[in-house]
Order: sequence, then structure tokens, then C-alpha cells
Amino acid sequence: MTYARPDAQQVAWGDSPFVLDFVEQTYAVMRIELKKMFRDPTELLSRAVQPILWLVIFGQVFSRVRGIPTGNLSYLAFMTPGILAQSVLFVAIFYGIAVIWERDLGIVQKLLVSPAYRAAFVYGKAASAGFRGMVQTVIIYGVAVALRIELQWNLWSILGVLLAALLGSAIFATFSFIIACLVKSRERFMGIGQLMTMPLFFASNAIYPLALMPGWLKVVALLNPLTYLVDALRGLMVQNGQSVHSLPVDFAVITVSFVVLAAIAARLFPGLAQ
Amino acid sequence: MGASKNAAAADPDGTLPPAGPSLAIQTFDLTRRFAELTAVDRLNLQVPHGSIFGLLGPNGAGKSTTIKMLTTLLDPSSGTASVAGFDILKSPAQVRRRIGYVSQLVSADGALTGYENLDFSGRLYGIRRAERKRRIAEALEFVGLTQPAHKLVKTYSGGMIRRLEIAQAMLHRPAVLILDEPTIGLDPVARRAVWERLLELRQTYQMTVLISTHGMDEADELCDELAILHLGKIATVGDPEKLKATVGPDATLDDVFAHYSGGAIQEGGTYRDVRQTRRTASRMG
Repeated sequence: MTYARPDAQQVAWGDSPFVLDFVEQTYAVMRIELKKMFRDPTELLSRAVQPILWLVIFGQVFSRVRGIPTGNLSYLAFMTPGILAQSVLFVAIFYGIAVIWERDLGIVQKLLVSPAYRAAFVYGKAASAGFRGMVQTVIIYGVAVALRIELQWNLWSILGVLLAALLGSAIFATFSFIIACLVKSRERFMGIGQLMTMPLFFASNAIYPLALMPGWLKVVALLNPLTYLVDALRGLMVQNGQSVHSLPVDFAVITVSFVVLAAIAARLFPGLAQ
Repeated sequence: MGASKNAAAADPDGTLPPAGPSLAIQTFDLTRRFAELTAVDRLNLQVPHGSIFGLLGPNGAGKSTTIKMLTTLLDPSSGTASVAGFDILKSPAQVRRRIGYVSQLVSADGALTGYENLDFSGRLYGIRRAERKRRIAEALEFVGLTQPAHKLVKTYSGGMIRRLEIAQAMLHRPAVLILDEPTIGLDPVARRAVWERLLELRQTYQMTVLISTHGMDEADELCDELAILHLGKIATVGDPEKLKATVGPDATLDDVFAHYSGGAIQEGGTYRDVRQTRRTASRMG
């Protein structure tokens, strides 16, 4: 028997530059994530329930409490961007569970044996989480209209809100991805996921301003990316809303947080196959 | 093996420097330790180009750990290996471009169709659109899944999933195809179908195939050469006929296996191995 040596030409690999490959791979990952999401949209829709409850029940009751200084905003208008940020957080923070699931199945191993950039998986999943965040945004706009909250309807504000929701989702999905890489088991992940969400939410300006917080909590809140997400949304979404830190600062903090987390996640991802 | 005959085969553009004289895989004192356990212990394997090579051994012998290192999923504790002409430590990215891998687990995504799974793989390997379409059609035809290509994989049988995974792993025309227990949990008909595909892959695409198995019939039917692993070391290596002859005139591979791995069949394998194997088996079945 003689066997021919495998021809080098058989090796399929584009000679395109780094950026192009990276974008294509990221797109491929996002594409299948979105496909799966649309194939079973029940989760997408059931996620709408919680923010509605917060706005309709919690919000209605708390608008009668006049003790929370919300400037020239009604309490409901004040908390609407906070609830959008919260729902972005709650949807994205359990993203890692899917990563662990894929690891148990063997899909992660298949991805890691491919020559695709590790970061492409992180960015692709973050992008699909970002899409979900934008769906949440649409839902919350609907609820806000129904509650007669005065929103800013100019195009740039809306695009800004969508961008913030996308980046916010990307941050927390990637954070979740990192936890998945560290704990590697669904049981432990669920415990930690539950443990993380409430502190992240309460140690932020989502439903009360930073000014009300005791000093130590204010420090924690200022280290929490959710605070900047809420701040950006508050400046963009509702009429007369103001961002305390200014929009450029908010977006800079959000973007840098995401890029740093994504770099960590891409570093940790290969360990998931071991 | 006839592999040595093409030792001098030219590699015109030099993108695949030979790994020693025409070896598709060569390991150099490959070792992996987990805490106090040495799962793979100074392993020196030589897999000729174009061969179907079997890693045989009881659970816990080090087969899966070896495969994880060869596929760059796991770094060795010491030693290294050359796969498809590249060092797994120095150029893992080059190795990844040249290998196909079918894991012991189910790596096809059940929530996608067969076609979508292949398309995704093709994109990850940078195969351009027109070429991707052509190769997907070819791969589907090759594994006999053209008909159900647009059905969700979760509706497939275990044998269909395995064949889809083979299609997935061959899409980028790897020089070396590595399969970890490819027929675990499959019924005899489905197993045979997988074997036929592997033989034909070697024939048609000149791929080198490395499989791990503890099925004696599989090793006998499929492999040109076998390495029996025991406690992370090579107990013996050779072609199935020779191995049988060394043990006795009427020896079967079962005898060879028992001869070289002793009582390890009973004690081998951790809880995690067993759990994983059973889970895979139940999912495939």
C-alpha cells in the first residue's frame, strides 16, 4: 500500500488578515446563537415579565413615596432606565450556564480544537446577548409608553439607548462567561449567579440615586459598571433625564469594562475543555 | 506500513514540514500529571501517514488524556508532540488547522440542523462561501445525511450524529483525523457505518486516522496498527496480527488486551470517566 502525503492545498484556511477572520468568526458564533434564540423564543418573551412587574407594581407604589430625591423626574421616570439596566443584567448574567452546558455536551471542545480565535467566541456570545438586551429595550419602551412616562423620542437618544443596552448585556454576559470558566459546573454556577445579581443591582443607582447611599456603598456602586449603564440610560431615555457622570464617561467606562472582561474570558476559555 | 515509501514525498510549498520521516503524529516523552496521578507517562508514539492507528486500553489508561494533548486541548506537563508537521506547544494554531477532531462527547449542536452545524464549522475554519457550500454538500453525501440535512440534530439517531460529526471534522480536509471512542454507545450497524466512513476517508482523502477505543472488534477491523496503553505507558505496539501472534497461536485481541493490561480492566477508570461514558452512551443510544 502506498499513501500519498496530504496535499498542503487541502488545508482550507483563508489568508485574509486578522481583523477579517476575527469578524467572520465572531459573526458565525453570533449567527448560530441568534438562530437558536429565534427557534425557541419562549425565553425571550418570558423575560419580559419581570421588568413589567417592577415597573407596574414596585414603581407604582414607590412613586407615592416622596422621600427619594429624583430631581425634576417623577420616580417612575427615574426608575425606568434602572429597570431596563436591571433586566439587561438579569438576562445576561445567566449566559454562562449555556457555556457550561455546551462544555458538558462537548461543543466547547469542538470549538477549541478549531483554529478560530478564542476571543471570537467571547465576542460572538456577547453580541448575541447584546441582541437580547436590545429586545428587552423594545419591551421596556412599550411598557413605559403604556405607563405614560415621558420618553425622549429623538433618533440619537434611541440609538444611544440601544448601544448602551448592547454593551451592558455584553459586559454581564462576559462576566457570566468568566464565572462559568472558573466554576465549570452548573450547580455551582447557579449558586454564584443568584449570589451576584442582587448585590450588583442594589449596589447601583438603578432604583435610588447615589446621593442617598452611605459612603461605603457609594464606593461599591462607583466600581459597579451597572451604575454607569444606568447613568447613561437615564441621560438618554427619559425627558429631562440627566446623567450624573456625563455620557462620554459612562460610555468609556462601559466599553473599557467590556474589553477587559472579554480579554479575561478569552484567556480562561481554553481551560474549560480540561 | 507502506507509509515509509513516501518518506521522500515532496512538499512543494513547504507548508507542511515533515514530522520525522513521514510520521503524521510523533510524541516525545509526552507526559501529563494530575496532582499525584500520572495519566500519561513519557509516551513515545509514532503514527505513520495514511494509517489508521488505534489507541487501545482500559478506562484510565491515558487514551483520552493523550488525545486531549494531541488536539491542543490540554498542555502536557512535560515532553511534546508533533502533529501534522507542527509542534503542539510551539505552534498549536498550525496544528489546529490541520486536524479534525471527534470527541467522545456529542459535539454536534442539537438545536441546529445538520446543515447549520456544518456551515458553522466551515465558517470557523475560514472556508469561503462557495467552497463551503460545495464541501458541505460533499460531506453530507459522504456520510449519507443529505436527506435529513435540514432537520434538527436532536431528532437524529446516535449513528447519524456520529456521522454528522465526522462530516464536521472532515470539512476542512485535515491531514490528521482524531476520534475519541467514535463508536461508543452505537449499535452494531451504526458502528459498521462509522468504520466504513473512516476507511473511505483514508482512501479518498489520504487522511491519517487516530482513534481511541476499547472495542477489540473495532481495533481488529479498522486499525493498521495498535498501541495498547496501560497506566499511561505503551504496553505494546504493532499491527493486530503480530500482536496476536506474540501472545499465542489462537489468540484473539481480547487475549492480547488482557495479557498486556492485566487486571486493570476492573480497577481502571475514575468515577468521572464512568459517569461521562455512561452519559454519552445513553445520549447516543
